[in-house]
Amino acid sequence: MPSVNAACVSVDEETIVLDQPSALIDIRGVCRSFPKGSGEQLLVLDKVDLSIRSGEIVGLLGRSGSGKSTLLRIIAGLVTPSSGSATCRGETIIGPPNGVAMVFQSFALFPWLTVLQNVELGLEALGIDATERRKRALAAIDLIGLDGFESAFPKELSGGMRQRVGFARALVVHPDLLLMDEPFSALDVLTAETLRTDLIDLWIEGRLPIKSVLMVTHNIEEAVLMCDRILVFSSNPGRVAAEIKVELPHPRNRLDPYFRQFVDNIYARMTQRAEPKAPSIEGIPGTGIGMTLHHVSSNVLSGLIETLAGPPYHGHADLPVLASQLQFEADEILHLGESLQLLRFAQLSEGDLMLTEAGKRFAHLDTDARKKLFAEHLLTYVPVMGLIRRVLDERPSHIAPATRFRNELEDYMSEDYASETLKTVVSWGRYAELFAYDEQSETFSLENPG
Amino acid sequence: MKPRDIRTAATGRTLLPNVWDVAVLILVIGAMVLIVYGGEQTTAPLSELERTPVSLDPSNLPLYALRTTLRMLLAIVCSTIFTFIYAAIAAKSRRAEMVMIPLLDILQSVPILGFLTFTVVFFMNLFPGQVLGAELASVFAIFTSQAWNMTFSMYQSMRNVPKDLEEATQSFHLSGWQRFWRLDVPFAMPGLIWNAMMSMSGGWFFVVASEAITVGNTTVTLPGVGSYVAMAIQQQDLPAIFYAMLAMLFVIVAYDQLLFRPIVAWADKFRFEQTASGEAPASWMLDLFRRTRALRALTLPFSALNRAVSNLRVPLPRLRPAKAGNPPSRLIDVLWIGLILAGTAYAAWLTYRYLSASLSLSDVLIAIGDGMITLVRVAVLIGLATLVWVPIGVWIGLRPKLAERIQPLAQFLAAFPANLAFPVFVLAIVRFKLAPDVWLSPLMILGTQWYILFNVIAGASAFPSDLREAASSLHLAGWRWWFKVILPGIFPYYVTGAITASGGSWNASIVAEVASWGDTHLKATGLGAYIASATEAGDFPRVVLGIAVMCILVTLFNRLVWRPLYAIGERRLRLG
Repeated sequence: MPSVNAACVSVDEETIVLDQPSALIDIRGVCRSFPKGSGEQLLVLDKVDLSIRSGEIVGLLGRSGSGKSTLLRIIAGLVTPSSGSATCRGETIIGPPNGVAMVFQSFALFPWLTVLQNVELGLEALGIDATERRKRALAAIDLIGLDGFESAFPKELSGGMRQRVGFARALVVHPDLLLMDEPFSALDVLTAETLRTDLIDLWIEGRLPIKSVLMVTHNIEEAVLMCDRILVFSSNPGRVAAEIKVELPHPRNRLDPYFRQFVDNIYARMTQRAEPKAPSIEGIPGTGIGMTLHHVSSNVLSGLIETLAGPPYHGHADLPVLASQLQFEADEILHLGESLQLLRFAQLSEGDLMLTEAGKRFAHLDTDARKKLFAEHLLTYVPVMGLIRRVLDERPSHIAPATRFRNELEDYMSEDYASETLKTVVSWGRYAELFAYDEQSETFSLENPG
Repeated sequence: MKPRDIRTAATGRTLLPNVWDVAVLILVIGAMVLIVYGGEQTTAPLSELERTPVSLDPSNLPLYALRTTLRMLLAIVCSTIFTFIYAAIAAKSRRAEMVMIPLLDILQSVPILGFLTFTVVFFMNLFPGQVLGAELASVFAIFTSQAWNMTFSMYQSMRNVPKDLEEATQSFHLSGWQRFWRLDVPFAMPGLIWNAMMSMSGGWFFVVASEAITVGNTTVTLPGVGSYVAMAIQQQDLPAIFYAMLAMLFVIVAYDQLLFRPIVAWADKFRFEQTASGEAPASWMLDLFRRTRALRALTLPFSALNRAVSNLRVPLPRLRPAKAGNPPSRLIDVLWIGLILAGTAYAAWLTYRYLSASLSLSDVLIAIGDGMITLVRVAVLIGLATLVWVPIGVWIGLRPKLAERIQPLAQFLAAFPANLAFPVFVLAIVRFKLAPDVWLSPLMILGTQWYILFNVIAGASAFPSDLREAASSLHLAGWRWWFKVILPGIFPYYVTGAITASGGSWNASIVAEVASWGDTHLKATGLGAYIASATEAGDFPRVVLGIAVMCILVTLFNRLVWRPLYAIGERRLRLG
C-alpha cells in the first residue's frame, strides 16, 4: 500500500510518556496480515501501538475493514499478531488471557442453555464449585437487570435482553478488562440507548466488577458518549490515525454543543483522508484494477443524489446531519459518500458531502439519461468496468467468464473483497446496461436478453 | 433471588409421586425386563439355535419381534458412539479429514447386504460356536446402514459451528472436551436425530434380511421376525407372513411413539434459531414423562452425570489450528499424502492379486453387464415412481388437512421392511407365470418409493400460499402451472426423496432380484442376483467383484446425476 496515510497519523505523544509497566494491555508495533486469494499476504493492521490502563473506557473507532475488530481479537487471544508484541500484564498473549472477557456483536449465546446456564458457563470452565457458581451468576444477573429471566431460553428474549445476558456472562468472571465488539450495533436505536446508559451508570457508580473496557464501534456518537479515549482507525491497512481524549463528564448529553463539536470533529477526521492527495489516489482505497468497491445499490445512490440536490441541502450537506436524517450509521453514510465520490457525483471533505456538477445534472435527468450518464462515469472512473467492457468487445464471442476478472482482482485484495467488488461491478453494470451477467454460468456477455 | 428457588423451579413442584408416575414406572420396568430377557438369549451356544428352531407358531412372534428390536437398539447405540468419535476426528484434524471423508462417501455407496457376506464369516470366526457371533454380524449390518449418514451429518454440523459461539467458548476458556459437549454435540443434535430416524427406518429392511442368511456352508438363522418370514417362505405359509407383517407394524409404531417422538420433541431446544418460530413437535410420551414428579427426580442424576462428563478435565490436542497466520507444514503434508498413496497402491495390488487368482476379464465384463441391467431397472423404476407419486404427492400436499393424515402413513410405509411383503408378490408371479426379469423388478422400489411420496408432500405443503395465489391471479393452469409453478417449487424436496429412493433400490436389488416360494426359485438377471448367488455359493472373489462394480456404479450415478440436480435445486429453486 502507498504511504499516503503517514501524513495523518498523529498518535498522541502523551500515550508513550504515560505508558507505565502497570499497563493492563500493551500493544507495540503490531501488524497482522491475512492470506489473499492469490496466496500473498494482505496487510490489515499496520504497526499499531496501544496501551490500556486501569479505570478507563477506550474506544476503537473506524470503518469496516480498518482492522479494529482484528485488534480486539488479538487482545482477546483469538488471533495472533504477525509481528510486534501484544502483552497482558506484562505477559505475551498466547490464547485467551485470564481476566479478559468478551461481549459479542451477535450476542453469541448458546440457544440450548437457559439464561442462568449461559451465565454460569464461563465459571464452569474455570472449575468453580457449584454453590459459588450459582451465587455469582445470580449476582451478575441481578446487577444487569435480568432478574426473573433465569430459566428463559435466549430465543424467548428480545435483542436487548439477550445482550444483557451477554454482558452478565462476561461480568460474572470478574474480568479486569471487558472487551466489547460492537455490542449495540445489532440492536434497535432505542434499546441500544437504554443499554448504553445502564452500562455507563453502573460504570460511574463503580458497581461493575471490572477495571477497564475496550470497545469497538463504528458509531461516532456512541464512542463520544461512552469512551474516555478514542482511537480513530484509518483503513487499508488499518492504522491509528488519531487519538482523541474525551474529557466531558458523565452523564454526557448528546445535545451539548461540546458533544456536537466532538462528533463533528471526528467526522472531519474520518473524511479528511478522503480529500484528493495525489492524482493517482484520490481518496479511494486501492487504485486501478485493485480498487475495492463496496456494494451499494444504484437505487440508494440515485436516492441520495436526489436528497442532496433537493432542499434543505441544495447540493451541500453536513454528514452527521445527513446521517441522522436518513437513519444511517456513520459507517454507512461514509460508504455511500465514498461511492459517490468515486463516481465523481459528489465530493467528501471535512465532514461534508457536496454534489459535483455531474451529480446535480444526474438529479434532474430521466431514467434512461441517468443510466447513460452512470455508464459514462463507470467506464471513465472505475478501471475494472473499463477492463470488462474492453475484454467483451475484443472477444469474437463477446463472452467472458467471471473467474478471469476475479483472479485479477484477487491479486490485489482478499477473496472476500474480490467477491464484494465483483458483486458491485455486476449490479452497477446491469443498471448502466453495460453488459449482461449470467449467475448460473458466471459469465459476462454483451447479449441483451430482450 | 436465592439459589434454592431456582432449583425447585427447575425440578418441578414436589417430589411426591402422582398418577402419571405409576404409569411411567411400569413402562420403564417393563422395558428393563424385556432388555434383560432378550439379552440373555444371545450368550447361548450356537447349538441352542438348532435345538429350538424358529417355529411358525404366532405366539412366538412377540418374542421374535423383541429380539429384532433389541438388535436395532444395539445398532443405533453403536452408530452413535462411532459417529461421535469418527466425526470429531474428521472435523478437528485436517490430515485425517483428507482420508476419512472420501472413505465415508464410498462406504455410503457400498451395498449393505454385500458387506454382510464378509461380516458374517468374520464375526462367526471371532466367536466360534456362539450365538453372539451371528448376533454381532446382524447388528453390524444394521450399523452399516445407519452410521455413515449420521456421521456425515455430525461432521457437517461440526464444520459449520457458528464462529461467534466458537470464539465465545475460546474466550471463556472452555477446554476442547468441554467445547465438544457444550457446543459441538448440542449444535449437531437436530441434524443427527433426523438422520438417525431416517437410518432407523432404512434399518428395519436390513435387520430382517440379516436374520436368515446363508454364506457358503454357514447358515445362520437368528430368532427374529426376519427368520420367521424366511421359514414361512420355505413352508409356503401365507398366513404366517401376514402375522409377521402385523408384528412388524406394531414394533415400528411403538418405536416411533415410545422412542423417537419423545427424542425429537426433547431435541427441539437444540434447534439453532434465535427467535421462537413455528410449532414445536409434540410427544405424548415426553409429556407423560414431564408430568411425572418422582420420575423427573430420577432424571436428575442423569443431568448431573452429563454435567460431570462434560466438565471432566480431559486433555485433547487442539488439532485444527485456530490461527490462519501460520500455514501448516508442507513437508508433513507431502509425507502424509505419500503415505496415503502408498497405502492405496498396496491395497489395489492386494485386491488385484486376490481377484486375478480366480477371475478373468470375462468375469469382470459379466459383472459390469449385470450392473448395467440393474442400473436400467433402477432408473426406469425411479422414473415410474416419479410419474405416479409426484402428482399424487402434490395433490395431497396442497390440502393441509389431508397431508396431515397421509404424511405419517407415508413415513411409516418407508420404514416398513418391504422384504416382509415380497412373498406375496412372488406368489403372484408364480401363480400367473409372469416373467421374473420384468416382474421381480418392482420389488426393488416397493419399500423406497415412499421416500419420494413423503418428500413431495412435504414440499407441496411448504409451498408458499402467496405464490399459489399469484399463479391463480395470473390465470396459470394446466401444463403451465405444473412446469412453471409447482414442479420448480417442490424440486429440491423431490431430489432429496429420489436420492434416498435410488440408494435404497440398489441395496434392495440384492434381495429383490432373487426370490423363492417353497421350492420355486425365481431369478432376474442383474447385479443384485449376481451378488446374491455368489454369496450363497460362498464364492468370495465374485462377491468382492460384484460389490466393487455396484459401488462404482452407485458412486457414478450419484456424482453424474443426483449431485448436479441437487445443486441446481439448492441454488436456483430453494424457496425462502
